[in-house]
Amino acid sequence: MVKYIVKRILLAFLILFGVSLIIYTLVRLMPTDFVDQQFAAQQSQGSVKEEDIQRLKAIYGLSDNSFWGIIKGYFQWLGNLLRGNLGQSFKYNAPVSKVISDNMWTSFFIAFVALIFQFLIAIPLGVTAATHQYSARDYTVTVLTMIGISFPSFFFAAILIKVFAVDLGWFPIQGMADASSTETGGLMYFFDNIHHIILPIITLVVLSIGSLMRYTRTNTLEVLNADYIRTARAKGLKESKVIYKHAFRNTLIPLVTLLAGILPTLFSGAMIIEQVFSLPGIGNLAYKAQIAGDIPFIMGYNMFLAVLSVLGTLLSDIMYVVVDPRVKLT
Amino acid sequence: MNEEKDMRNASEVLDTAAARSASELALGNADEMNAILSEQTPAPETPNEPLDANVKTLSPFMLVMKRFFRSRLSMVGLALIILLFLFSFLGPVIFNRWGETQTDYGGKEEIISAPITVTDADGNESEVIQVTVAKQPINTLSPPSLKHWLGTDKAGMDVFTRIMYGGRISLTISILVVLLETILGVILGGLAGYFGKWVDQVIMRIVDIFSCVPTLPLLLIAGSLLDAWKVDPSLRIYYLMIILTFLGWSGTARIVRGQILYLREQEYMVAAEAMGLSTARKIFKHLVPNVMPQLIVSMTLGLGSTILYEASLSYLGLGVKAPYAAWGTMINIITEDVSVLQYNPWVWVPSGVLIVLAVLAFNFIGDGLRDALDPKMKR
Repeated sequence: MVKYIVKRILLAFLILFGVSLIIYTLVRLMPTDFVDQQFAAQQSQGSVKEEDIQRLKAIYGLSDNSFWGIIKGYFQWLGNLLRGNLGQSFKYNAPVSKVISDNMWTSFFIAFVALIFQFLIAIPLGVTAATHQYSARDYTVTVLTMIGISFPSFFFAAILIKVFAVDLGWFPIQGMADASSTETGGLMYFFDNIHHIILPIITLVVLSIGSLMRYTRTNTLEVLNADYIRTARAKGLKESKVIYKHAFRNTLIPLVTLLAGILPTLFSGAMIIEQVFSLPGIGNLAYKAQIAGDIPFIMGYNMFLAVLSVLGTLLSDIMYVVVDPRVKLT
Repeated sequence: MNEEKDMRNASEVLDTAAARSASELALGNADEMNAILSEQTPAPETPNEPLDANVKTLSPFMLVMKRFFRSRLSMVGLALIILLFLFSFLGPVIFNRWGETQTDYGGKEEIISAPITVTDADGNESEVIQVTVAKQPINTLSPPSLKHWLGTDKAGMDVFTRIMYGGRISLTISILVVLLETILGVILGGLAGYFGKWVDQVIMRIVDIFSCVPTLPLLLIAGSLLDAWKVDPSLRIYYLMIILTFLGWSGTARIVRGQILYLREQEYMVAAEAMGLSTARKIFKHLVPNVMPQLIVSMTLGLGSTILYEASLSYLGLGVKAPYAAWGTMINIITEDVSVLQYNPWVWVPSGVLIVLAVLAFNFIGDGLRDALDPKMKR
């Protein structure tokens, strides 16, 4: 087990190296960079001279765009990373690691609340759909959740905004808090935040419920076909006992592993949903940094995402062994 | 002579039975395999009759088709997809009143009424409503009418026509991307699974890297790269296809490799080995066809998710660019102009609905195919 984990972690370093190489190359290929964008207006007015631009580029490490320049830039970045330094964000003017750690909690909070609702709704739906396979109930649940999966997040969010925020006026259109509550602070501020994130959470839940429900349904069906369920029925147990005591617990095995895999990715932020609702989450920050050509932040954020997804797979594999003693890792 | 012919006949039957059982094994369907075998066993007792005459066998393909066409949801999906294809490919031919990028210069009268207070000579104040008729040269943002069935957008283009052209782009992109992904995935996954050892190690590490690359952020980077290179808007979709393929092939490769690892241990592969077949023949004639079931399912579901990725990218303004229409591009306007989101839903709702319908249809078909191909599912 320990040997397996060590092997996986070593492999993870290789993967992360590859990911960073791909992203860095692509980012550096963009001909317009942060300095150009930032000073385009001043340059055309003549208030900033060409030499100043070049000097700034040298400071930001963007001056040499040849092949070797990019390679050198990459290894500089990598060297800093190994010393635990993700660099300074151009756009937010703060260390990248600080910007990430300050803002990931907003994204985490929204994603976490959404995850709780998602599990609470999807699991019962999946179980009933499986126990009433091919009934009207099964079809209704399947069709509704499939419609949920098929929505592009921005479109669903736009409809929610149009109906509930614009037409009905129940919820604020965007942002995380009103100016008034930001001043008062305290409990009012907290409730105002909740009020602002209801629509984003609904979007997240509706869009992701489908796949979890399908997963639960498939697993329950598999468990219901198992021999021990036949034995339980043959013993003359009540159907409810068979399902909720014998089948349901075994249905949870793959769900727990799935959960372990999802947990790290809760920090990654939902870029499009945060952008539509203008939430100050990490996804939205990354989107803006992306537009501004903020290389250290783009690199830092993408590496953060890659680490989270590597961590997710590793956790879910380990969890598999923990919850199911029949599985052995090699 | 007759005997010899019968011998050949019998061996042929055995051959096909073996092939069938092999492919059934690949599908893992023991029940149906037994059914086919038991149907055929009594045959050798009557050697003079042609063996196939009194036995009705269904090929695995026919069995799958039968199960597929029985499921109502996949039929709904299939019908939806056919309708969407007709709508976007035949639609503009029949309904050619407006072009994709044709602006309606028919003009538009905007009536602005504002109350003003007027003071007359006696000093009496009275309120008058001033009605101004503003004439605009371009018919922008007009609500649905007989002239424009779904109204016009901000540039005065007919929304109904544009969603038809948008469908062409969105559907074509997703189909081509999935095909390219499959070709790349089958080749690389096939090599990894068949040769194993270091080939497998190298390819699978590359697959690991690609499946760890965050898709959406990387698509954004790639989209802004296209912006920076000032790629011609009409060529842009081809670049988009390459980018989407580049990011999406790893899943297919993983499926193919896993399946081939399992299949190459099967008896019929040992037989193929013993018969001295060439490597290419073994891979493409015996292994790949047996991977097809899983592949078709993942391809169909991949069509839906590719449409979603393309739409998200276009929505963020980094995919297909105006004046060309794609479903996502038509929703992009709400990021620039909030008033369109609030007051002109006819501009962005129709294309969104079509995205949902297309993805839903592909999901229904994919799900139906998965059930039809899954031997464990019994009805």
